[in-house]
Amino acid sequence: MSTLLQAVLNGLALAAVYALIALGFVIIYKSMQVLSFAQPALMLFGGYFVVYFSSRLGLNFYLAVLLAIMVAGLSGLVIERSFLRPMVGKPVFAVAIMTIGIDLVVRIITGNLFGVESGGIGATGDPWGLGLFIGDPAFGATFHWGDVVLNQRRFAAIVAALLVIGILLAFFRYSRIGLAMRATAFDQEVALTQGVSVSSVFALSWAIAAALATVAALFISPNTGTIDVNMFAFALKALPVVVIGGMDSIGGALLAALIVGLAESLTITYQPVYAGFLGGSFSQVVPYLVMFVVLLVRPYGLFGTREVERV
Amino acid sequence: MLEVRNLEVVYSDVILVLRGISLSIPDGSIVALLGANGAGKTTTLRAVSGLLDVHNGNVTKGEILLDGEPIHRKSAAKIVRLGVSQALEGRRILAEMSVEENLRLGAHTNHRSMDANMERVYHLFPLLRDRAKSTAGYLSGGEQQMLAIGRALMSAPRYLLLDEPSLGLAPLLVQQIRDIIVEINRQGTGVLLVEQNAMMALSIADHGFIMEIGKIVMDKPAGELLDDEDVREFYLGLSGDEVQSFAQVKHYRRKKRWLS
Repeated sequence: MSTLLQAVLNGLALAAVYALIALGFVIIYKSMQVLSFAQPALMLFGGYFVVYFSSRLGLNFYLAVLLAIMVAGLSGLVIERSFLRPMVGKPVFAVAIMTIGIDLVVRIITGNLFGVESGGIGATGDPWGLGLFIGDPAFGATFHWGDVVLNQRRFAAIVAALLVIGILLAFFRYSRIGLAMRATAFDQEVALTQGVSVSSVFALSWAIAAALATVAALFISPNTGTIDVNMFAFALKALPVVVIGGMDSIGGALLAALIVGLAESLTITYQPVYAGFLGGSFSQVVPYLVMFVVLLVRPYGLFGTREVERV
Repeated sequence: MLEVRNLEVVYSDVILVLRGISLSIPDGSIVALLGANGAGKTTTLRAVSGLLDVHNGNVTKGEILLDGEPIHRKSAAKIVRLGVSQALEGRRILAEMSVEENLRLGAHTNHRSMDANMERVYHLFPLLRDRAKSTAGYLSGGEQQMLAIGRALMSAPRYLLLDEPSLGLAPLLVQQIRDIIVEINRQGTGVLLVEQNAMMALSIADHGFIMEIGKIVMDKPAGELLDDEDVREFYLGLSGDEVQSFAQVKHYRRKKRWLS
């Protein structure tokens, strides 16, 4: 029982990270009808700045995260402005290829920034200061409930994802700009006639995607708390999440993140015991396997619009 | 005064749609723009509200002036801020969102006085107030048209451009929409009304323009157009002496153009 609970908790943490990255994909897709392949690089880029501000400059961890989110959001704006704005009106396919180029460039820049060492996301142990929240500064890096162990980073991932996604959904629902973004996604021409600047909406969606990716970067290695350039592959696993959810559905992406996160975590726990012949690291394949099955049944994803364009 | 002067519009660099049209909408008047399908009425509206980019169109000659200031190079968002608002053909409401959200979107450029404007829209269309929280896609056609007009009014425009507001509506609803347009105009908004329903448009307009293949072919006060022999035959379906029986209806109308 505790094994199952452990797997589910780890799965939730994984799902939280997938959800954050996947939302970035969906937000850009909804506003521009382009699948952006630059998310992995943006995630690393934001992650690097967390490392830079927190470990290398030694700032307060929360302040470092906030600064990194701002830097990443700003570079999202710059990328949209300089590389994607000139592509408005060009075929969607061309723009998607463009984002692959952006991904490579940003990733190489980030690699140079990092150098050969991997960077630590905050101090080891308790960067979140959760001990302070519960009034016990000597608090360790893990929670224990009987046999169940919850790593602090995993706990933080779940809380942060809930918080960020909640804020984002409220933003889309209640704010003027959020409404303008939804309107643009629904019908660009109508948004224009109501005075919405569609180009600012594009720019903003890139900034939000980059900021979300930065938050995700905090949690991609919950055990060691370090990040290096080779971890971009993690963000690629958000791609099956987006496809399962249906490309243009925020709710779909969240549900799909949950499904994929749990499936992957359960596989990590149970596959070596019950299906060892599949070999080690089989869990890495699971997101794609789930995507395969879902696409067989629903080619447009769980909540996707039927005539979603192929990229 | 909103003026279009000698405007020429080309789509995709090759398709000449407007061949130098001129029209003007004095403050606080209703101007009707009539014409057959494909005459360029919608393109004229797109040019005025800055939507040509979306359709790969370009103004190649002429200008659009708002109180003497050219606006045809300005962005759509800027034009709305200057007080020109359009309700697109076919209603184009945001079907997934609530009525209230649709109206809130209309207030995008005029956020400060949103409450006052929404009160005004609800006063014009009491139906919308009752259905404020319901999903816009579930409204009837007439209600959707009211929502589209209401949304365009949320920016408190000086000039309202309406593209076929009577499209697909029952005669009684057309009457209702017509009365509302008159009321909007009475409150001080200039209206450019593009219509297929010539009778409805001319009955409330001060001035009428008739377009044919990208040109203005008639430019007269609405009353004169209503009495014009050719207009009566082509747009109102009435010939000089009323046809008494269907047996006498001609199968083929004589092809007639004002030009060439």
